[in-house]
Amino acid sequence: MNWISNYVRPKINSLFSRRETPENLWSKCPECGSMLFHRELTENLGVCTSCDHHMAISARDRLTALFDDGVFTEVDVPMPMPDPLSFRDQKKYPDRLKAAQRETEEKEAMLVAEGMIERTPIVAACQDFSFMGGSMGMYVGNAVVTAANRAVELKRPLILFSAAGGARMQEGILSLMQMPRTTVAVELVRDAGLPYIVVLTNPTTGGVTASYAMLGDVHIAEPNALICFAGPRVIEQTIRETLPEGFQRAEYLLDHGMLDRVTHRRDMKSELSRITRMLLNMPPPVKGDLPPPNDVKSEPAAASG
Amino acid sequence: MNYLEFEKPLAEIEGKAEELRAMARSNAGMDIKKEANQLDSKAKSLLADLYKNLSPWRKCQVARHPDRPHCTDYIEALFTEYTPLAGDRNFADDQAVIGGLARLNDRPVMVIGHEKGKNTQARIERNFGMARPEGYRKAVRLMDLADRFNVPVVTLIDTPGAYPGKGAEERGQSEAIARATEKCLKIGVPLVSMVIGEGGSGGAVAIATANRVAMLEHSVYSVISPEGCASILWKDAEKMREAAEALRLTAQDLHRLGVIDQIVREPVGGAHRNIGATTKSVGKCIEKFLEQLSGMSRKKLIEERRSKFLSMGQGSLAA
Ligand SMILES: [Zn+2]
Repeated sequence: MNWISNYVRPKINSLFSRRETPENLWSKCPECGSMLFHRELTENLGVCTSCDHHMAISARDRLTALFDDGVFTEVDVPMPMPDPLSFRDQKKYPDRLKAAQRETEEKEAMLVAEGMIERTPIVAACQDFSFMGGSMGMYVGNAVVTAANRAVELKRPLILFSAAGGARMQEGILSLMQMPRTTVAVELVRDAGLPYIVVLTNPTTGGVTASYAMLGDVHIAEPNALICFAGPRVIEQTIRETLPEGFQRAEYLLDHGMLDRVTHRRDMKSELSRITRMLLNMPPPVKGDLPPPNDVKSEPAAASG
Repeated sequence: MNYLEFEKPLAEIEGKAEELRAMARSNAGMDIKKEANQLDSKAKSLLADLYKNLSPWRKCQVARHPDRPHCTDYIEALFTEYTPLAGDRNFADDQAVIGGLARLNDRPVMVIGHEKGKNTQARIERNFGMARPEGYRKAVRLMDLADRFNVPVVTLIDTPGAYPGKGAEERGQSEAIARATEKCLKIGVPLVSMVIGEGGSGGAVAIATANRVAMLEHSVYSVISPEGCASILWKDAEKMREAAEALRLTAQDLHRLGVIDQIVREPVGGAHRNIGATTKSVGKCIEKFLEQLSGMSRKKLIEERRSKFLSMGQGSLAA
């Protein structure tokens, strides 16, 4: 413990204690243990300022950081039939869903949005690990299909951020069927001649990796993200061996040819706009302040894709 | 004959009948016919009783029965001129997935399936039917070949799941499964799948994304094994009975959910009690499916498959 966390922090906290709880002001980096001031951490997109560890961020925060000026339009995803199997383990599935909704203030585990990144029109789908481990059930299936349809309709590239512990067990075989279903969605985008780019974030595992997350035209991962089919614990139990350091991490997958790039979160936005613009034969993005509106119009065919 | 745990009472009766007959063989003049026949009919009715309402967990056990007919049994019984084709042209030939050209009543088909192996040595060679990336890449290669020459594809599904191993992960297990699923959706020839034992998650769906899918009466098809589900949701792998119940993994449930097209009946006591009858029913079903699809254009076959899987998840078991 250093003097900052022991002495200064409580003191600072006491200044704010009437308005905010101390937990909201500081978070501890799980990798290096540094105490990070929340505003600084948010400004750094949830990346530790001392060790560059990429922490989990919510789908909404990610989209806000991604789109120009944080502006995007959320695309409505149809709600599937609730609890098709009447599933119950120690808790009822609908109760688990409600708890996740309360906790995250989100409807489900994926957001679909449209907007501009560096003035490149795109459709984005973003999986939320904080919602029941981002698990892929019928809703996530609906979201991927909706995003694909929207991309085709607007003739825009689809950028998908994956994060999931796998399939939603509580939806049984219907969650498994989302693997071929989302694969059809990817095909629709491909058939329309539009780029489909996957950004794999920590963790992307199981049926999600074995379907839409590994079918991108370009695969980009965040540093140190766990990306696998079977998780390390399952493998260790099967082969009764300890796995090497860094096994199934982004850099390891890059070495083994499964990814195109491993990219720092702060550079993701410009990288995505650069790649999609080149694939769609658009001019490089104009950096800095937006030009006046009539200038936007004169830009060749960019907006219509 | 291997008996399952819930078949123990049956094993006792059948054992006694066997013993009586052996005694009679070594003691000429001993009349045991009546007693033996009584035991036989008792065994028969007990067997029928046991199998009439198998719980989901018991179905899992039947689906995994060591004597259950495997992919090779079906190939042997149903196809002629079977010519195995090996390798993924990249790294290896995965013995957990077999396939090749064959004729089904003169019609050339590409048959592909998981093979678990019959004895200990074969099981090890075939990795208990758990494919590595090379298995899926072989399947992709064979589907491609069939597609180019307009040969229908028949897949036989029987796997605990894709292999969770170090090398498998290194060589892209996820990508291999995703690409195989994608290939299933892309081919312009009829694709027909039959779950003959275990349909283990992504490792199964990778070659079962078909125009028509059927399941044997006591086979199972699930997103996760009951043991795996129990250890995650119940934090106790011993709760597999509860998990098997909750997962709705039986052929009957999948049919009700609209995930499969047909259930193929098994002989009383399960497929392993009459392999000939089982392979025959499976053959009939495959034949029927191929007939239904034979007139369809390549475009229509692809469209039908796509729209079928695009609408997956509309069914429900809720009353
Ligand atoms: Zn740190």
